[in-house]
Amino acid sequence: MPYIKKGEIADDPYVRLGGDEPVPTDVPVIVPLEWLLAQTPQSLEGRNVPLGVALPNDKPESLLEPYLPRLSLIALDFPIYRDGRAFTQARRLREAYGFTGEIRAEGDVLRDQFLFMVRSGFDAFEVKKDKDAKAFAEALQEFSGFYQPAGAGDAHFRFRFAPPFSPAMKEGESDA
Amino acid sequence: MYVYDEFDRTFIAERAAQFRDQVARRLSGEVTEDEFKPLRLMNGVYLQLHAYMLRIAIPYGTLSSNQLRKIAEIGRVYDRGYGHFTTRQNIQFNWIKLSDMPDVLVSLAEAGLHAIQTSGNCIRNITTDQWAGVAPDEIEDPRFWAEVLRQWSSLHPEFTFLPRKFKIAITAAPHDRAAIKVHDVGLRLVRNDAGEVGFQVLVGGGLGRSPFIGKLLRDFLPKEHLISYLEAILRTYNAHGRRDNIYKARIKILVHEIGVEKLKADVEKEWERIRDGYLKLDDAFLADIRSRFIYPAYETLEDEPEGLKRALAADARFATWHRNSVAPHKAPGYGIVTVSLKPIGKPPGDATSGQLDALADLADTYSAGEIRVGHEQNLVLPHVRQQDLYALWQKLDAAGLATPNVNLISDSITCPGLDYCSLANARSIPIATAIAERFADHDKARSVGRLHLNISGCINACGHHHVGHIGILGVEKNDREFYQITLGGKADEDARFGDLLGPAIPYEEVVDTIERIVNRYLDLRQSETELFVDTVKRLGVEPFKEALHAVH
Amino acid sequence: MAHPHQQKLKISGSVVITANRLADGVVIHRTSEGQWSENLAGAQILLTADEALAALKAAQADGLIAVGPYVARVEATPTAKPGNLREKIRTEGPTFPLPSDAPVAYLPNEVGKVAA
Repeated sequence: MPYIKKGEIADDPYVRLGGDEPVPTDVPVIVPLEWLLAQTPQSLEGRNVPLGVALPNDKPESLLEPYLPRLSLIALDFPIYRDGRAFTQARRLREAYGFTGEIRAEGDVLRDQFLFMVRSGFDAFEVKKDKDAKAFAEALQEFSGFYQPAGAGDAHFRFRFAPPFSPAMKEGESDA
Repeated sequence: MYVYDEFDRTFIAERAAQFRDQVARRLSGEVTEDEFKPLRLMNGVYLQLHAYMLRIAIPYGTLSSNQLRKIAEIGRVYDRGYGHFTTRQNIQFNWIKLSDMPDVLVSLAEAGLHAIQTSGNCIRNITTDQWAGVAPDEIEDPRFWAEVLRQWSSLHPEFTFLPRKFKIAITAAPHDRAAIKVHDVGLRLVRNDAGEVGFQVLVGGGLGRSPFIGKLLRDFLPKEHLISYLEAILRTYNAHGRRDNIYKARIKILVHEIGVEKLKADVEKEWERIRDGYLKLDDAFLADIRSRFIYPAYETLEDEPEGLKRALAADARFATWHRNSVAPHKAPGYGIVTVSLKPIGKPPGDATSGQLDALADLADTYSAGEIRVGHEQNLVLPHVRQQDLYALWQKLDAAGLATPNVNLISDSITCPGLDYCSLANARSIPIATAIAERFADHDKARSVGRLHLNISGCINACGHHHVGHIGILGVEKNDREFYQITLGGKADEDARFGDLLGPAIPYEEVVDTIERIVNRYLDLRQSETELFVDTVKRLGVEPFKEALHAVH
Repeated sequence: MAHPHQQKLKISGSVVITANRLADGVVIHRTSEGQWSENLAGAQILLTADEALAALKAAQADGLIAVGPYVARVEATPTAKPGNLREKIRTEGPTFPLPSDAPVAYLPNEVGKVAA
């Protein structure tokens, strides 16, 4: 499954762990939520490789609050692509909790959502189809402007504004 | 009228181009039907019984004459020469090819028209009072706020894959012509004790399988917080609305299950966080939108000019139409003309391309080039000089658009039903036309008075049967069409649902039964001024039950 | 065997496989050659659940021509005729004349009627 980071297909540095697998301390991992919640935030302080967590879309972002300083990545799920709860999770993680690490979309991730995802705060994508992954940059160029701000970085545009997107994609995307 | 600028035009054109690409990927097989369906729906494309249907948005029900001509052209070039106005200020075409859809959208975009969010699990076309801006009783023009909401909701990144569709209606008049109490969110512009204008916010109304009247979420919301408050509602709904059952996914079910107090607590907690942030509306932004609303320059005129009085005295048919179809306007010497799209024997809400062109010309001559669409599936010419009414009526009459039956039993709200719709269980249109024919004698219909007949061909209630004074719901039993009848529903500020009269009756018996119900009302009413719905309110449905059985 | 249609498919009498055509939405029916016909009379009439299921699966695999294929009951007399009102409307169109710009016909009693 192609992985997109900073707008380009890239190698995924993270190892995705399932339910009961032991969690290595020497490689970047994405752990299940249950594992994370079984740890105390203090116990994670010794880790010096990136730690990510997969947050199911029926769990509130508030569960992660005590762990956020230790987390470099949060993976949000689209079990089917019509299920848009993760858009709200991403937006709240960015805005309510000020999370600046990677927010990754996984699951039924298709081309026609890229733009919505980027604008909601996602900055990494496990894309279902190769062809969609290759069209990532193109999909983000479909509109030269938007009506509504969807992040504090959009604020000065008021309601009508042009890219770059905020907040997470600003670095990776060129201005239009 | 709101005038699109370069930004709006570019946005619509880019949306059309995006959809062209989506259709191409579907036709090439790159995208499966399951993947394509949500994409086509959020651009108003359904697959119905016979063909694809395209639903075009008429934001807050306002059209320019050129836009109406464009709609007529689409009907002529890509469809079968007619379209159908819906109950949510849209028009839909029934026979458009998917392969033509991209060209249709480009053509529409040239006139500032689009199909954005006319279906799908997103924030739908924002609707309002078809008399907005001209009604004498309104606080201010609600279309301005509807336009703010259109901009906010268009391709909203977070709220495009909601649990289910989300409908917002707004009114600014004490008399609710926008049915705000049966919307997911209903907004009413109100003045508080300090004289400030803000919004009363209702939530969780809706029809369909589980009808609910909207509940009060907030009594007074200052204007500048409109968007932040709605974001808080939508965010709460997106996170917590049910996704396990399509019939329980609307916000009305969330409200029903957790209670409006809990919802309010959740919404307001989120709102507290964002209310003074970047979503707070500032004066410059509002002034920018306001500056693009163009109003006609009304002449200084007197009400009831001599010419009108003479015509009313001389032409009884005109006088009949005038009493029925012309309403007072906020500007002296002007009138609001409702154009009935319910000619006897024709499908309710349908208009041919020829009629639309004729109306566009009449709007140019008599109504500052502006046309409105109301949820009762009629059109409105909102700015007619009273001295022009007679000339206008003669031309409407010649075009078959002067049926004087507004608010009468033959002015039904009717969904397309089984004749078109893939969801329907029974036909609606033939029931509507047969009842209209039974009451084709307008004297008789007028003696009955205001009577809203609403007909749906299935439980999804596109014909708003729950809120009809008489509601008819088509059901299917063993491959036969049956109809349930409810009495006493209302869609206005006193919205309520009708009560079931009794067991469903077969297709063949509907017209006779409705006539017996009406005759029963004529027997039961206390005076000629007691409306049907008030008699039902006074007596309940019990005395009407005998109408279900033919008298032999 | 997890196919969703597997457990559910029960038929009584004659059925056909029907769908709408992807590019234009036109109603189409599956023929015995595995093609699609706009003409219901050309449809393959299926008499058993096994036959119907096999044809339905083949139709579902055909996502570039047919959208939403399903099993519809028909009267076989001897060619297929619509088996219920829904299919009759799909085959023959709406049950009333479509609006047209031909001169508008008022009912006679509508013209000249006035309020007392």
